[in-house]
Amino acid sequence: MISRLQKYLFFAMLVASAVMAAFLIRLRNRAEDRMQAQATAAPAAMGESAGNPTKTVTMYVPNDLDDSLTTVERNIPLPVDENAQARVLLENLMEAYRAPGSTHPMNVAAGINDVYFLAVPQGKGQEGAGDGGQMAVVDLSGALAVAQPSGIEPETLTLLSMMATLHANLPSVTEVHFLVDGQPRDTLAGHADLTRTYLASDAERRPSPTGAGR
Amino acid sequence: MRWTEAAALGIAAVSVWMQQNPQPPLPPAPAAPSIPEVVGPPRVQPPRFVVVVDAAHGGSDTGARTSGGILEKDITLSLSARLRSTLRAHGIEVVMTRQSDMDLLPVNRAETANRTQGAACLVIHATATGSGVHLFTSSLSPAANERFMPWQTAQSAYVTQSLKLESEIDSALAHAEIPVSLGRASVEPMDSITCPEVAVEIAPLVGGHVTEARPITDVSYQKSVVDAVTAALEQWRSDWRQ
Repeated sequence: MISRLQKYLFFAMLVASAVMAAFLIRLRNRAEDRMQAQATAAPAAMGESAGNPTKTVTMYVPNDLDDSLTTVERNIPLPVDENAQARVLLENLMEAYRAPGSTHPMNVAAGINDVYFLAVPQGKGQEGAGDGGQMAVVDLSGALAVAQPSGIEPETLTLLSMMATLHANLPSVTEVHFLVDGQPRDTLAGHADLTRTYLASDAERRPSPTGAGR
Repeated sequence: MRWTEAAALGIAAVSVWMQQNPQPPLPPAPAAPSIPEVVGPPRVQPPRFVVVVDAAHGGSDTGARTSGGILEKDITLSLSARLRSTLRAHGIEVVMTRQSDMDLLPVNRAETANRTQGAACLVIHATATGSGVHLFTSSLSPAANERFMPWQTAQSAYVTQSLKLESEIDSALAHAEIPVSLGRASVEPMDSITCPEVAVEIAPLVGGHVTEARPITDVSYQKSVVDAVTAALEQWRSDWRQ
């Protein structure tokens, strides 16, 4: 026979356990968010705090309404390391996506996990016979793939804007390959093919705002 | 008896039987047709004009979701069915890659299109982003048509024709006062299709100086797009072999 007091005690402990579990999960999520935010801000902060020179960079911002890329120039501090430069460039592009009144709205806090460079074999690239250029492997975050509006046009514009921005500021980049959370993936959000390697010059075939749409 | 002796006996028996049963004489060969004095050009069967319509997505692959919560796979299917009816009403033969809500791999879509040897292949998509109709052709560079093409780049032999078809559809949509944007894209299974091919992505109409805001699901908007595409394909019927 279980006494009433024991029953009350049992239920009180059960409730206390549930509350503690919920509290711990919440604490864990907050800590994870804080760590992610720190990791995202690292290259930009590195560029600013380490006294790196401010450079004028060209970014290609998509416009969903006329299916074009618009060039925007900005002065931003760029780190010396090329990988960090590429990441800072793309993070600044993400800021343009997030900005109020964006022509390619996408609400994603951390869109780029990392950017790696691989040498393109000689004769394969487009930067002359002696230099095959570099392939930029852009590791997108899963959050970007989720936030990306689905459709051929919006997905293609996202990829082209990244490729054009990288190629404009780092001319040695001749090819671009995309991963999501470090893994190969079939499409960005159901349409644009991520299994292939893109030529950076593909983005140059995009019409300017004056030539696109009607 | 050894096997060699048995074989010799068999051969001898067959030769005896053949001597006793000689072959019947062959029937006389038919008389050669008299050669006409004037020979005209050979009669060539005109190539069939078939349009392949691929309703993108389907089954577990839902595609995009519109602001009204309607799935892209449903819009593409209904739009494709509407296009098929209109094209057939204009005497154009149509093959659809899917006619119901079913899973279909890109490779199966390409197989259907390639087996049909269509005069035009239209891949129908829908998106909630942008305005009007987006036309896309493969991002592959044009290449010469060869007997065997790599599966991943088979469309490269048709890119020039695909661009012409895109231009016809662009003109027809512009004539219908529907905003159009043109682009190149890499979307499965476009690069593996061996016919002139265009992806037609319908987006909502954003209100402007000449256009009135309309959602993708607006029936009159869909009809005006289908009518324009049909007009373009009628024009293509007389142009595609040039």
